[in-house]
Amino acid sequence: MIALEPTVLSLLGAFPFDRVYVESIIYVSLYVSLTAVVLSTLASIPIALGVGFTDFPGKGFVIAVINTGMGFPSVVVGLLVLFLVSNQGPLGPLDLVFTKEAMIISQFVLAFPVITGVTLAAVTSVEDGVRDAAYAMGGTRVDVALVTVKEARYGIATGILAGLGRAISEVGSVLIVGGNIASADGTAITRTLTTAIQLEARQGRFDTALILGAILVTIVLSINAIVLRLGGGRV
Amino acid sequence: MQRRELLATVAGGATIGLAGCASAGGSDGSAGPTIAEETLTLATTTSTYDTGLLDEINAAFQKRYGARVDAVAQGTGAALETARSGDADVVMVHARSLEDDFIREGYGINRRDLMFNDFVIVGPEDDPAGIDEVGEAIAAFEAIADAEATFVSRGDNSGTHTKELAIWEAAGVEPGGDWYREAGAGMGEVLNQANQSGAYTLADRGTFIAQRSKLALSIRVQGPIEDGPELLANPYGILAVNPAVHENVTYDLAMAYIGFITSQKGQSIIQEFTVDGEQLFFPEAISADPDFQQYVPEDWEPAE
Repeated sequence: MIALEPTVLSLLGAFPFDRVYVESIIYVSLYVSLTAVVLSTLASIPIALGVGFTDFPGKGFVIAVINTGMGFPSVVVGLLVLFLVSNQGPLGPLDLVFTKEAMIISQFVLAFPVITGVTLAAVTSVEDGVRDAAYAMGGTRVDVALVTVKEARYGIATGILAGLGRAISEVGSVLIVGGNIASADGTAITRTLTTAIQLEARQGRFDTALILGAILVTIVLSINAIVLRLGGGRV
Repeated sequence: MQRRELLATVAGGATIGLAGCASAGGSDGSAGPTIAEETLTLATTTSTYDTGLLDEINAAFQKRYGARVDAVAQGTGAALETARSGDADVVMVHARSLEDDFIREGYGINRRDLMFNDFVIVGPEDDPAGIDEVGEAIAAFEAIADAEATFVSRGDNSGTHTKELAIWEAAGVEPGGDWYREAGAGMGEVLNQANQSGAYTLADRGTFIAQRSKLALSIRVQGPIEDGPELLANPYGILAVNPAVHENVTYDLAMAYIGFITSQKGQSIIQEFTVDGEQLFFPEAISADPDFQQYVPEDWEPAE
């Protein structure tokens, strides 16, 4: 097999296991976690803005729930999502159990409170003066929201990174709802870096587990570095 | 499972894209009737998966039928539970009593004897409980309990755990106390833990051989394959999930899988599968003598 990308991928070829196997694991990890984080972000920001800038009864309770969710155990989320997507559960007919989609659902649930919580803190700390000025200049509610998001963008980026960190590094829920499946030809189906590390450790192949761990850390580090650079070092 | 087909296609395509090479997939677009593109979900035990046997069998099955097998490796108890909720199509496990319950409750049908290996009692070289001379499972467990030598239990309702509890019961020992550790983990992990803490454990021979080179443990009591006690026999069975209970299961494909794995081809893969030059599993599906007991619970009798 010819290495088309000589830099990173040829390094992978030197590892004590199949290249296709590792690449497909990395792909599954990124696909599941990035999709979950994108969906969480799309849901989180409007909700954080809504909660942050409106007063309603029970607001304190909602914030408490969001903050609690930031630390919700991933295995419990996995178990609840399993009940949801299992053949016996409400989403049973969609046949989602042991698929990447089920894993996306559980990581969405995990990342959502983190992104919402940090975004909420970021947007509420935007000074009132900024929003008042936007109003005064004749901005609509959408304009004001956009100005607020722009002001709070570094805080929001931190929230998204924290959500991604939580999603890509958790093992409990993806193991339960995904089943850690690889096909017989060595292509990961629902096997992520974390569940692969768990499997390799279970089989006593600690060297392979460590290399997969290093890949995981490198990926998280790279994403953080990219966002940091885009943010001009202010994230 | 229409949805999984789509997912498989999408995932496959994207994986190939990521790998940067157009590898020839198992499913070509050849004409004619085919069950290619379908996915079979197999709930199975860590022992068949971690040894690498399943990869060999599933690759051969995929080559012959074009259908992908998604193997979910759990303990026997968890695998049967997954099948109970209709999340698997076929189950390969090794705890006859749990399989029998599964059949009685109506969830499983068409059970076949598949293969066997055996359990071995492994422990550290210095053998603190002195079970080397015993050569017998029940007495060895009694000696471990008497010496309060550290013993790591699977503690996960797996086939191995079920067997271990049966031996403790036969020995009249209620295991507990500091020396008895329930790991709640798979076989490989338990072997690692026993290795780290110089403890005894009950292991299936397959997983032990597969990991032996990384362990400072060795076999203290042999199973029946090496003329040990019959109590340590470890037979594997395969069952289809009953389509009358769970309509969504791909029953025809499940039966094709059971047919394949109990065929001459499937059984010869099991026969020829070795790790470190040692055979791990012994096929037992092909026999000219009718064995009706493999289809029904062990104590089942026809109504008069």
